[in-house]
Amino acid sequence: MKRQLRSFKQSLGGVKASALVPLIAFIYVGLIIILPALQVVAGALAKGLQPFLDNFQSEELRSAVLLTLRCTLIAVPANTIFGLAAATAIARRQFPGKALMLSVIDLPFSISPVVVGLMLVLLYSPTNGLFGDVVNSLGWKIIFSWPGMALATIMVTFPFMAREVIPLLEEEGWDQEEAARTLGASNWQVFWKVTLPSVRWAVLYGLILTTARALGEFGAVSVVSGNIAGQTQTLPLFVEDAYKQYQTELAYGAALVLGGVAIVSLLLKLLVEQFLGGIKENEPFN
Amino acid sequence: MVTTSPTRRRAWVWPAWLQLSWSWRITWLYLIVILFLPLGALALKAAAVGPAQFWALATTPEALSTYKVSFGLSFVAAVLNGVFGLVIAWALVRCRFPGRRLLHALIDLPFALPTAVAGLALASLYSTNGWLGAPLKALFGIEVSFTWLGVAIAMVFISLPFVVRSVEPVLEALEIDQEEAAWCLGASPRQTLIKVVLPQLMPAILSGVAQGYSRAVGEYGSVVMISSNVPFKDLITPTLIIQKLEEYDFASATVIGMVMLVFSLVSLVVINGIQVWGRHWEANPTTNS
Repeated sequence: MKRQLRSFKQSLGGVKASALVPLIAFIYVGLIIILPALQVVAGALAKGLQPFLDNFQSEELRSAVLLTLRCTLIAVPANTIFGLAAATAIARRQFPGKALMLSVIDLPFSISPVVVGLMLVLLYSPTNGLFGDVVNSLGWKIIFSWPGMALATIMVTFPFMAREVIPLLEEEGWDQEEAARTLGASNWQVFWKVTLPSVRWAVLYGLILTTARALGEFGAVSVVSGNIAGQTQTLPLFVEDAYKQYQTELAYGAALVLGGVAIVSLLLKLLVEQFLGGIKENEPFN
Repeated sequence: MVTTSPTRRRAWVWPAWLQLSWSWRITWLYLIVILFLPLGALALKAAAVGPAQFWALATTPEALSTYKVSFGLSFVAAVLNGVFGLVIAWALVRCRFPGRRLLHALIDLPFALPTAVAGLALASLYSTNGWLGAPLKALFGIEVSFTWLGVAIAMVFISLPFVVRSVEPVLEALEIDQEEAAWCLGASPRQTLIKVVLPQLMPAILSGVAQGYSRAVGEYGSVVMISSNVPFKDLITPTLIIQKLEEYDFASATVIGMVMLVFSLVSLVVINGIQVWGRHWEANPTTNS
């Protein structure tokens, strides 16, 4: 009877599902995710390890790596500061328009990256931008140059940190901060010694997501970059360009690097999730 | 009011309504520079086009054909993921099988993998000399890469995690008692699924489908690599925007970009609506039956 009940609970639509459901899941995921990933690995290492390593002699690939790192190193700290500021400002207060504010922060996730890039072009392009004259008179180069690409990266990745930290801060409540203030701590001390340590795993989680996305951003960066090989090409743009130029091995090589970073970030994320889960489970006992 | 005396300069005092904490100042400054200015630029430039011209540019045959590809294929992809996402979530929550944790981790890959890498992977797997593209071509004469089929597959890839991730927690929280009660009352598994389980999962499924749809419509990186980018065939709207920019046709790019922005805002409202409805449903499920 018990076994009958269990098999009933596992069944989906009358089909004996204990083996079938995972099988369908794996076939679907296999066709859409696993096989494509393996094809990249096979493509990159088709002729052995040496040709793969030789790819990194390419001057253009190196400059793409450096530019990707530059955009990421600008976007991640900037978004971390914003995310923490927004979280401490918004999380534990109730004010009219709070829900709207949270949706506004999430907005870049719903806008197509191409439209994000278009917005930056319409703002800063020296010929057609709203601020074109200002940009010209200051002698800046934003569009078709790295500042624009860094801005595009910032724009598509800025919700991650805020949306990870805000819920955790909301759960934590004010008690510890108030205790610290009563004991004479300044705002700054409260932030560094009480608030930040209490959300450190969420910050780490946000950092991982922001970095992964910043390294891989394609659409928005592509619009503002002009895609000049060796100058305004990030690693993802390099992958596309090399593939289009029939330099398939180079494309696979760069893709394998990016894919490897993605897998590492995925593993780190799962690891941090365990810690976050642990914090959440232990909460009633604190 | 702030007044400066002629003899002695007073320290700058923020007007009362501007006396914000540092966290608020950073938040507002950042939001204005990073988000509101670019949004405003697009809105202003689109408004400057004028309503008649806007309508004409937004509904050129070329633009209309890309809407059909983008919005149509994204819908197919989202619905497909609605069905299979439910199956995957069911497998992850209710079934115990070897490789379950691997499957769990793999679901996040489309979020983590740079879209250009995803595009390269799918394009080569389904190209006529790829592992799957070659047999498909040989056996059925179907070409996937560089046709609309490839575009659809890229959209499926990119929107797969949404339904799984939104159904999983709801399925986990589902009271098994109800299914046991249905069983005790003599309901068949199929009846239980359709009348007891699915209605409770519906808000989560719909929310996941809507999120996936919105994401697939906006997707560029993976689609551009697997599509042949030929107008009236498999050109998607984001790629059309880029082509217009490359032709220095800023007005068209602005107008089509505005159409996509409005779509994003509308889908955001719809998704929020579905989630509010879902919470309401959870709170009093009887009112709907």
